[in-house]
Amino acid sequence: MKVDTKLNTKPEAAVKTGADILVESLLEQKVETIFGYPGGAVLPIYDALYRSDGDFEHILTRHEQGAIHAAEGYARVAGKPGVVIATSGPGATNLVTGIADAMMDSLPLVVITGQVATSVTGTDAFQEADVMGITTPITKHNYQVQSSYELPKVIKEAFHIASTGRPGPVVVDIPKDISANLCTETDQSAFHLPGYQPTIKPNPLQIKKLTEAIKKSKKPLILTGAGVIHGHASDILLEIAEEYSMPVTSTLLGLGAFPGQHDLFLGMAGMHGTYTANMAIAECDLLINIGARFDDRLTGNLNYFAKNATVAHVDIDPAEIGKNVPTDIPIVSDSKAALAELKKQLKEGPDHSEWMDQLNQNKMAYPLWYNNPPEEMVPQWLMKSLYHATRGEAIVTTDVGQHQMWAAQYYSFGRPNRWVTSGGLGTMGFGFPAAIGAQLAKPEDPVVAVVGDGGFQMTLQELSVLQERGLPVKIIIVNNGALGMVRQWQEAFYDKRYSESIVGVQPDFVKLAESYNIRGMKIETQQEFTDIIHEVMAYDGPVLMDCRVLQQENVYPMIAPGKGIHEMVGVKP
Amino acid sequence: MKRIITAVVQNRSGVLNRVTGLMHKRQFNIESISVGRTETEGISKMTFVVHVEDHQKLEQLTKQLNKQIDVLKVTDLSDKAIVARELALIKVVSNAHHRSEIQGMIEPFRASIIDVSKDSLSIQVTGKPDKIEALIDLLRPYGIKDIARTGLTAFARGHQPQVAEMTTYSLLK
Repeated sequence: MKVDTKLNTKPEAAVKTGADILVESLLEQKVETIFGYPGGAVLPIYDALYRSDGDFEHILTRHEQGAIHAAEGYARVAGKPGVVIATSGPGATNLVTGIADAMMDSLPLVVITGQVATSVTGTDAFQEADVMGITTPITKHNYQVQSSYELPKVIKEAFHIASTGRPGPVVVDIPKDISANLCTETDQSAFHLPGYQPTIKPNPLQIKKLTEAIKKSKKPLILTGAGVIHGHASDILLEIAEEYSMPVTSTLLGLGAFPGQHDLFLGMAGMHGTYTANMAIAECDLLINIGARFDDRLTGNLNYFAKNATVAHVDIDPAEIGKNVPTDIPIVSDSKAALAELKKQLKEGPDHSEWMDQLNQNKMAYPLWYNNPPEEMVPQWLMKSLYHATRGEAIVTTDVGQHQMWAAQYYSFGRPNRWVTSGGLGTMGFGFPAAIGAQLAKPEDPVVAVVGDGGFQMTLQELSVLQERGLPVKIIIVNNGALGMVRQWQEAFYDKRYSESIVGVQPDFVKLAESYNIRGMKIETQQEFTDIIHEVMAYDGPVLMDCRVLQQENVYPMIAPGKGIHEMVGVKP
Repeated sequence: MKRIITAVVQNRSGVLNRVTGLMHKRQFNIESISVGRTETEGISKMTFVVHVEDHQKLEQLTKQLNKQIDVLKVTDLSDKAIVARELALIKVVSNAHHRSEIQGMIEPFRASIIDVSKDSLSIQVTGKPDKIEALIDLLRPYGIKDIARTGLTAFARGHQPQVAEMTTYSLLK
């Protein structure tokens, strides 16, 4: 029966609507998965999707924010643009957080929003919002399609812009009449963007300067950012670091760019980075930043950041170079191309055995640490145990906050594109929908959403998607009954005035999971966790683990706001 | 410091919003902005006069502008030999016996009277911003009713002097 209805709704082969053109254009871009939510202004698009049955997998999230975070998770893991469709007005404004998040963390997204028909644009029509105005500051680029003629070209440009250079979100706003009306002619010509020509090859002379700086250096340090991952430069970075035995630290988003268990890896740097990594930044004489943007959570007080170092900065976005930290050797390039050129030119490494000894001593003397009473559920222990139980192979997604920092500290990523976290914008509610996207990108790989009890409650409606799709995402709620990082700052900087950060009332997460036909379990002791985690990971379906952890645990070490990178508190005594 | 920056842009909807939005976001203070079409169809030129704190900020501004997809070329004209002009329309209170006095006063500025009414005169003046300021100061005692200024627009002179000569040519130093 279904087939018949479909046949009846199909327009004549030669006559297409703008929405059909859109669907064709998406197919041309090899889009396989779309995250979205229908609504008035995208009815023609959803009708075209319906007719194109089977060409795409459309994931109906239960909130537009879920759709866009899922698309972000998909983009991070798959390494290609995540595609989102939402309707005009509230549909589009619900995407705003995710678009801003993707902008900050350089994730490629193509976001298609419906818009009211051109005949009523500007009249405050039903579900009209100025999507172009709203998204301009939080997109790499945005388009409002003016005619179906230009639609194919706009989509081509949107995918190109989103996925090349420094990746980012691109919004394509399509008025309803343009997607609904039949169109006879479209512009199939190739696009040309004279104002967008990213520099991807390094200037060899700049690389030569870097080789000389490396040769002279006694205390070199490599800092990896997400640019290493976007540029697929992990392998060549490992070769160079190993050949010249250079130590490596990472930003939050660069985790996985260099193997976390490697002897040369010092751990993450920054506000909650390791003692060894932060002291290395404070004391190094050459800092080679590859694809990190010197964010304030990394640098701390800029007056103390790498102040004795020659700073080299490889970035595909020239605007990041010199933005926060004065740079001696700027290299505008794709990370892989820059490292390939460096490998070619570098003949002689630094003489830095003393430096390596010092770093290794620091590593031994001041590792990450926590008190671990075995009868309690300690969140750091939880992350470490998760790492061991999954042999470091899982794709881990998180929200923002304490659980995020513990995951970053104790889940040691061996390879890139396994770590999906909201870094720049620090978005609560990101982790769970992002895990859905990650699982769709890698259906065979274990995916664990490590979320806080606060953040999970911001997007838990997406449990429906797990139920519907049977996606085997494992949700670990690091449940401390508090907004942990807020609580920690109130403890440290607001004299323990826990204003609105202790959340006594919460749902029964196990029953909640069960109401979606998802296996749920409450975990209160280390033993319970150890007993069941292997079974959970092996289970071919979604599982929610409500892990009740100690509320008063804090993330250490810590650089207090305004302090220098060497001024850590909570270092192992 | 005050800088004159031009941006050649694709004439697309939203481009002005994108450019001014980024200046707002990064806290650059725009003193004036003028936009117009160029000799090439579909290409416009924006001229900004902005206040920036230091060279690092200035570098950020040009880099951020360059990053915009619809921005084709960004030029900082401040240290070049340039021709820079602004146009102002000034409406001054005047009755019959002030008219000739004003007329005589504006003549050295090569300004012209473009509208006369019973109790006012409208004057058009073109030139560098300081010249326009000077004229406005002179006219102020008569009572200024309205001012409309276009903002500065500028481009580099056909011949650029050698570095050593530059300071004498620079508009803003």
